[in-house]
Amino acid sequence: MTAFPHGLDALRPDRSFQGLILTLQRFWAEKGCVILQPYDMEVGAGTFHPATTLRALGPRPWNAAYVQPSRRPKDGRYGENPNRFQHYYQFQVILKPSPPNLQELYLESLYAIGIDPALHDLRFVEDDWESPTLGAWGLGWECWCDGMEVSQFTYFQQVAGQECAPVAGELTYGLERLAMYLQGVDNGFELNFNGLEGEAKVTYGDVFRQAEEEYSRHNFEYANTEKLFRNFAEAEAECRALLAAGEGGEGQRHRQVLPAYDQCIKASHAFNLLDARGVISVTERQSYILRVRELAKACGAAWVKTEAGGAA
Amino acid sequence: MPDLLFELFSEEIPARMQKQASEDLRRLVTDALVAAGVTYEGAKAFATPRRLALHVVGLPARQPDTREERKGPRVGSPEGAIQGFLKSAGLASLDQAKIESDPKKGEFYVAVIEKPGRPTLDLLAEILPATIRAFPWPKSMRWGAASTSSSSLRWVRPLRGIVATFGAETEEPEIVPFEVDGLKAGNITCGHRFMAPAEIRVKRFDDYVAKLEAAKVVLDPARRKEMIRQDARNLAFAQGLEVVEDEGLLEEVAGLVEWPVVLMGSFEDAFLDVPGEVIRATIRANQKCFVLRKPDGTLANRFLLVSNIEAKDGGATIIAGNERVIRARLSDAKFFWETDRKVWREDTGFARLERFRNVTFHEKLGSQWHRIERIRALAKELCAVTGADPEKVDLAARICKLDLQTEVVGEFPEVQGFMGRIYAGQIGLDPSVAAACEEHYKPVGPGDSVPKDPVSVTVALADKLDTLVGFWAIDEKPTGSKDPYALRRAALGVIRLLVENGISLEIIHTSIPAHVRAMDDVKHAQLDRLIPTIEQLSDAGLSRRGIGKVWSDLERSRFPENLASDQVDHYISQIEDLAAFFHDRLKVMLRDQGARHDLVDAVLGNGQSNDDLLLVVQRVNALGRFLETEDGKSLLAGFKRAANILRAEEKKDGEGAFEAAADPALCREASEKALLEALSKAGEAAGIALDKADFEAAMRAMAALRGPVDAFFEAVMVNAEDPAIRRNRLALLATLRRVTRQVADFSRIAG
Repeated sequence: MTAFPHGLDALRPDRSFQGLILTLQRFWAEKGCVILQPYDMEVGAGTFHPATTLRALGPRPWNAAYVQPSRRPKDGRYGENPNRFQHYYQFQVILKPSPPNLQELYLESLYAIGIDPALHDLRFVEDDWESPTLGAWGLGWECWCDGMEVSQFTYFQQVAGQECAPVAGELTYGLERLAMYLQGVDNGFELNFNGLEGEAKVTYGDVFRQAEEEYSRHNFEYANTEKLFRNFAEAEAECRALLAAGEGGEGQRHRQVLPAYDQCIKASHAFNLLDARGVISVTERQSYILRVRELAKACGAAWVKTEAGGAA
Repeated sequence: MPDLLFELFSEEIPARMQKQASEDLRRLVTDALVAAGVTYEGAKAFATPRRLALHVVGLPARQPDTREERKGPRVGSPEGAIQGFLKSAGLASLDQAKIESDPKKGEFYVAVIEKPGRPTLDLLAEILPATIRAFPWPKSMRWGAASTSSSSLRWVRPLRGIVATFGAETEEPEIVPFEVDGLKAGNITCGHRFMAPAEIRVKRFDDYVAKLEAAKVVLDPARRKEMIRQDARNLAFAQGLEVVEDEGLLEEVAGLVEWPVVLMGSFEDAFLDVPGEVIRATIRANQKCFVLRKPDGTLANRFLLVSNIEAKDGGATIIAGNERVIRARLSDAKFFWETDRKVWREDTGFARLERFRNVTFHEKLGSQWHRIERIRALAKELCAVTGADPEKVDLAARICKLDLQTEVVGEFPEVQGFMGRIYAGQIGLDPSVAAACEEHYKPVGPGDSVPKDPVSVTVALADKLDTLVGFWAIDEKPTGSKDPYALRRAALGVIRLLVENGISLEIIHTSIPAHVRAMDDVKHAQLDRLIPTIEQLSDAGLSRRGIGKVWSDLERSRFPENLASDQVDHYISQIEDLAAFFHDRLKVMLRDQGARHDLVDAVLGNGQSNDDLLLVVQRVNALGRFLETEDGKSLLAGFKRAANILRAEEKKDGEGAFEAAADPALCREASEKALLEALSKAGEAAGIALDKADFEAAMRAMAALRGPVDAFFEAVMVNAEDPAIRRNRLALLATLRRVTRQVADFSRIAG
């Protein structure tokens, strides 16, 4: 293992992908967030992490930040498109209730990663967020830096079919895009991952290109659709079974929400793969989305009957 | 006189909502003031991305006093009535009421309620918070700790501050004392988010605007727009280029910045291979930038962005950043464009049309494939009247929707049609066929041009008529302000296509086969929707025979052996209803063009189906011209006189009592004989002229009636003593009514 020839410079947010992540984590840790690790399941977006979906519900304050690998099987391009990956990273921040200075905190985080507001044009452009699969919506913006969307900023109004009371603020940074901008590269695979140079340099492509190629083949060609249809049905049934089993604990508490919600995530991912394989017609698509939403809503309703969900 | 300054400072308000919001703010506050009896000299509202502001000028310091007299019960009324009166008028006893008397009613009590006007400041302290709470945002939200309660304040984005000052120019204004959800009105606001974020203390509107300007905020959106427009033109001019003006985009970007700074960037020449409209759509939709054109009209490799700051490097970083994004976007667009072209080059037999079978046009009307087949069939039939080449028309009808499958249109729906034309042209299809891909959507609105090429005209007519007939078949007609499928626009399009191209088309006749085809597809679609149900039945274990029965029942419902006669009636009434819809649209169109709507009614009242809309318009025009002439005016007067007499006499003798032919033998006076002769000649001449659609000649025939009609009324007393003669004279007048009705129902003409 080489020592750091560049000292801590290698961890500057504009020098390495990991430096960007570390800077954001440190920044939000200093603001009082718990820094979580990625959820250990395949999800389509950072919002699916129970630390957002479930923790956004109920009256208890909750401040967390984490990196979440996100899988969008349909976005695979066999490693040929420099901007589109079927697996990419989101940095997710959730603050409940949304603090009065959330916009200022967000901008401060951009300054922390080296975006100087005296040089860059930073803008909040209307973008209302909605997740039909999660039964969630909120109002907010896309945050632009010099014409590029670098984050999503949302005040959650409803999640998993439940009204948010109080409202949580959610920030989602698209890490690859942000890093490409900071490092000044046009090709995502050329991002410097570790901030080192010469032989010691590791690029994003070194880490992920083969995965992009293999998973693109998998998502579009090889994934066993029969098994996936079965997985979907099984996860759906299991989610419902667990929710039923967890009903009626002491003081009417629910005792099986998190395991049930895992099944909802599994169903959603199975659907995304089936969708990528092109075996779901337009009309069916709608009904699958609805089925996942029903699971998410049932989990949301159960969550508010738990301690973390604020049940008395 | 004191002024009000009111500012609502918030997180970024969506650009598309700002204009309406500032208008709503002005309306709500001034309406509430007026409702409280307070007048004002003027009010103006403004919006930026972060604030709504209102300036109301010339308010009184106090609301005017009011005095109201309320009539009470009669003196000596029962106790209950007296008490009720005292209570409602707020009086302690009858001593406080006056007694008045009235010759009819006698003596009764009157309460005089005098209300001193309240200070305007106090009124504002009620009106302003009420305005905030009831603000009609199209979409609003809750936020922060307060949102634990579902009754917390809603605003478009979090509301951060309120300025509300009231006072005359000569004195220190007062702060309007109120609070909304913990936000207290004050006199402090903030400048530009990045360039001057410090707090600013303001007094009244004048110093508010000046201080904002010093803090890099241009309050007036109209001024921001002008600044952008001018700077954009100047930057373009300096490069020998011209801005491709775009009011909608200008309005939007003016709503995205408080301090507009226009900058110019460029992209690689190689992207200019992509059609200009696609480049423009890409840059506009995703980046909200303007494009530029060279003196020869082609697109330049430049764009204009509007930033919100004066950057310390003069904007170099901002330009470089935007150029990167635009390069990536144009790479995508170029990729889409090349992918599409490859598809068009390779699939020359248009096998991909089959994919439309899986695209729903409307749940009840089946797939896009069905719709295209209907358009083809109708277009083929229309060739006979439009004179278009049937082969070209068929090809155009087949491929006119094909660009909906392209990547470029998938990404930028606004270039649909246009792309079809480009791609069809690229593979060397006939220019008329290519043009029809774009032009069959036209005219899109009243301001849009109407295609002239017979191929485009034919497909455009088929496209719109199919839409109308289809939605009539499934009973989805426009009602009131609801017209989700833009059927009024489609009908107007049909009318303009016919009238402006001089095409005679019998709408009812044409619509019948189209309607039958649409009904057939409706049945198909019904069946398709039922298939999943049958599959479920089968999964549920219904026996084979059971399913077979369900199936054959369905098939029978799809292909009835004989259409029940009431069903036929229903179809016919649907088509007649559609014809009436066309007449309504035609009336609206002619009225909008300044034609007299009474003439339209008169022409439509000729007792025929009038489903040839071109003829209707020509008749209206000819009638209008005729009525301008002396003959026309005089004949109309004569007709009215005749109609009035007939109406009166028909009341006595019964409707239709005089419809028998007049008898020459009973014509006593020369003028009667002359009229009878003139009527028979004019009737014949008008009939021949109308058959040839020669309306001028028909009107000339009518004009020939003027003299005899005038002479008749001059010489003859219609209600003669001899009943036979009276009846004969009335029969002459009824003949006049019939003859003129061939041309128009003159009784519907005003004047």
